[in-house]
Formats: sequence, structure tokens, C-alpha cells
Amino acid sequence: MRRSLAAACVAASLVACGLPGTGPAAGQERPALVAAAADLKFALADIAAAFTRASGTHLRITYGSSGDLARQVAQGAPFEMLLSADERYVLDLQRAGHTRGEGALYAVGRLAAFAPHGSVLSLDPDLRGLQSAVAEGRITRFAIANPQHAPYGRAAREVLERLGLWARLQPALVLGENASQAMQFAASGSCQGGIVPLSLASAPDIAKLGRFERIPAEWHGPLRQRMVLLSSAGPAASAFYEYMLHDAGAGRTLARFGFARPEGR
Amino acid sequence: MEWDAIRLSLSLAGWTLAILMPLGVVLGRWLATARFAGRHWAEGLLALPLVLPPTVLGYYLLVAMGGASSVGRWFQAATGTTLAFSFPGLVVASLLFNLPFAVQPIQRAIEAIDPDVREAAVCCGMTSWQTLLRVELPLAWPGILSAAVLTFAHTLGEFGVVLMVGGNIPGETRTVALAIYDRAQSFDAGAAGSMSLLLLVVSFVTIAVSYGLGSRLPGTRRRR
Repeated sequence: MRRSLAAACVAASLVACGLPGTGPAAGQERPALVAAAADLKFALADIAAAFTRASGTHLRITYGSSGDLARQVAQGAPFEMLLSADERYVLDLQRAGHTRGEGALYAVGRLAAFAPHGSVLSLDPDLRGLQSAVAEGRITRFAIANPQHAPYGRAAREVLERLGLWARLQPALVLGENASQAMQFAASGSCQGGIVPLSLASAPDIAKLGRFERIPAEWHGPLRQRMVLLSSAGPAASAFYEYMLHDAGAGRTLARFGFARPEGR
Repeated sequence: MEWDAIRLSLSLAGWTLAILMPLGVVLGRWLATARFAGRHWAEGLLALPLVLPPTVLGYYLLVAMGGASSVGRWFQAATGTTLAFSFPGLVVASLLFNLPFAVQPIQRAIEAIDPDVREAAVCCGMTSWQTLLRVELPLAWPGILSAAVLTFAHTLGEFGVVLMVGGNIPGETRTVALAIYDRAQSFDAGAAGSMSLLLLVVSFVTIAVSYGLGSRLPGTRRRR
């Protein structure tokens, strides 16, 4: 029995002590820590890879809803740069003294309606198919991001309100925690469709799961996407900020994913 | 597979075990042997993480660790980083949400020891410390090992508290459970699937081992 106990203790301590070391005390220089709105998930992955190839500097990117990320910044999260889907969050953080300056607009976001293969929802530029499907009660599950803290959710709500569908769709709405979760729900096959960022719906991995249709930009308040360096930003983050602003390749990648260029920064 | 996330989860589990196991033995023994008024309140407090929604624990931890709290300010002054959204903050959270998983199996194991054995130890002139080391721990070891495996598996799997307190930062607070959530949202079914399978296997083996150990406790053996 004594020997078994010893074996158990040895096993436990091996597990306990053998592993730490990847912890925070690792000491070597860390790649820049970037917080990005979930609509950037595919576009920013491409841009970050190109940036790393060009500069040798690595980035660590956390995706989430802009509101959630801004809250974490305000609560002291160690992000060095924030790419928000809505400039309001950046300007709020600036007023609270968490940023270096007011940052810059880097893109204007667009919405898309998405329907997975086999859905009863038919898509057209004016979304008449959506209106008739809702009127006939054929939409039982419809995905958007949470309007409370996700800019694309708020824009989707404005579109649905403009079409007079917001109240009728209430029982069917499935709210994603952020834009990419809304996209996941919309493409899952369990929803008849959803209103999601064009940048996600048009990404190759997702576009093959269904059909999408651009929603006119004037149907919702503009998604003026602003980025900003945060108080703790190091040189790597500053370099990436400049790259986002000035690199022609980064601009082309954003355009390829359906983002419009902002007028005046 | 995100190996960074897997390493981070293992590291978190390692730190949690290293700190929580000695604490669990002390608390478990105290609850198993001490008789005092309001004992059920103390037991209830320790078991609370079993029933408390992770978001509630996460919310209170975020408030307690934030820059507005004295603990948060003290940590920031001492280390230069915030406790929330950091690895040490995750360890603190992990210690709290694992308390019942560590304490309860140890408490049950020590409770199962025949009081006569303990009295005999006292009659032999052994101190309380000697009794623990030479009598109680050797008899209760299946409970202690069971506590360790449960704590280990639960640390790998916890999601809500880790997301709220840690904020899903790659290499710092993104554990396997968060990486699965993230990969699923990125339509990366391959990585989400393989990491989910890993956690499924680890959890199943853990529970089976823990049940196997439970049947080796002194109390259950005597009843057979």
C-alpha cells in the first residue's frame, strides 16, 4: 500500500511539475497581441500571414464581437491593437484614455443574406424571397449576431426593421455571440438562413455551404470599421497598424472579402 | 490540433493540481473529522462551484480581479500586468472552480477510515501530523488520486469561467476548450473535431479510473 501511495504521488507530481513552463514567465519576446472583430476572421488571417512573411513579425489574434473586445480592453486585457467593426467602440475607448489617439478607419463593412443549400429561403437583391417566406411562416430559425454588442447584429436588426420583419421574426431569431458564430449558425443547416457579414459569407470555405446575396449598403447605418493602437502597444503592433493603413496588398485583401474603402480617415 | 492550447491546458491543470492537492487534503481531512456547529454551511460553500453557473463565478472573479478592486490593483502594481486576462488569473479561477472536485473525494476517503484505526494511532502516541502521514494518507490514497484525476479532467474541460476571466488570448489564456469553440466558429471542423475527440477520450478514461479507484476505498472493501 505504501508503495502504491508513493507511485501515486510521483505520478501526480510529475503531472504537476513537468508541465509548467509555457506559462507567462517564459521571458522571451511575445508577438503582438491583436483583438479583432469576428467579421475579419478570414480576411485578417490572410493579411496577418502576408505581414508575417514580409516583416518576420508574428501576431496573436483574438476574435470576438467588437463590444465584447472593447469591454475587455476597458477591464485591462493586455491587447495592443483593436480592430473594431464599429468606430463607436474605439472612440469610447479613446475618451476613456485606453488608446493612442483616435485610430483610423480601415474598411466599411457590408452585410449579406445567407441561405444554406437545401433551405426553403430563396435569395434575391431586394430580399423579396425573405419577406414572403416570413409572411408564409416558413422561417423557423434565422441567425443574426447579438445586436447588444455585435455591430453586425445591430446592422442586421436595422435591415429587418426596415423590411418590417423584425417583429415577425422574433420567435425565429437565433443570436450568435459574435458575427462569426451567427455565420456558423446560418450555415449549419439548422437555420433557414441569416444576415451575416459579407466578408464571412463570401469566404471560400463558407460560400460553398450555401448561397449569399449582398444587402444594399443604404439599408443600414454604415459599419465604419475603425482600428486603434491601445496604450500597451509595442513596436510590432505599431508596425502592423502602419501595414494595415498603407500596404496595397492588405487593401486588396479587404476588397476581395467585400469590404469597401472608407472615405477619409 | 492547436498544440499551444493543449500545452496551455496541461500547464493550467499542472499548476492547479500542485496547489490544490495539498489544500484539498487539509480541507478534506478537516471536514471529515471536525465536528462543529454550521458544518453544513462550510461544506455547502466548498461544493458551491458544482451548482453555480460558471458565468456567475466568472462575473464575480472578473469584478474581484479587475483594475477597480484592491486585489486587481495590488497584482498590477506587483507584476505590471492585470490579473484578469492573464495565466495567473486563470490559475486562481481554476483553483476555485475545482474546489469541490478536489475536496469531496478526499473527504469521503478519510471519512471511510474506521475511527478505531485513528484512535489506535493516538493511543500509540502518534501526533496528528504523524497520523495523517502514516495512517490516513496510506488508507485514503484512492480518494486522493481520484480527486487528482477529476480535477485534471475538469480543468481541461472548463469553458465558461475561463472565457470570461481569460478572454481567449492565444498562448496566454486560450485553453483547449476555448480553442474548440474558436475553431468551430472558423468552420475548421478538422481541428475542432480532433480536439473534441481528445477531450472526450481523456474525460472518459478519467471518469472510469475515478470509479475504479472509488471501489478500492477501505470502507467499500470491508462491506464486500
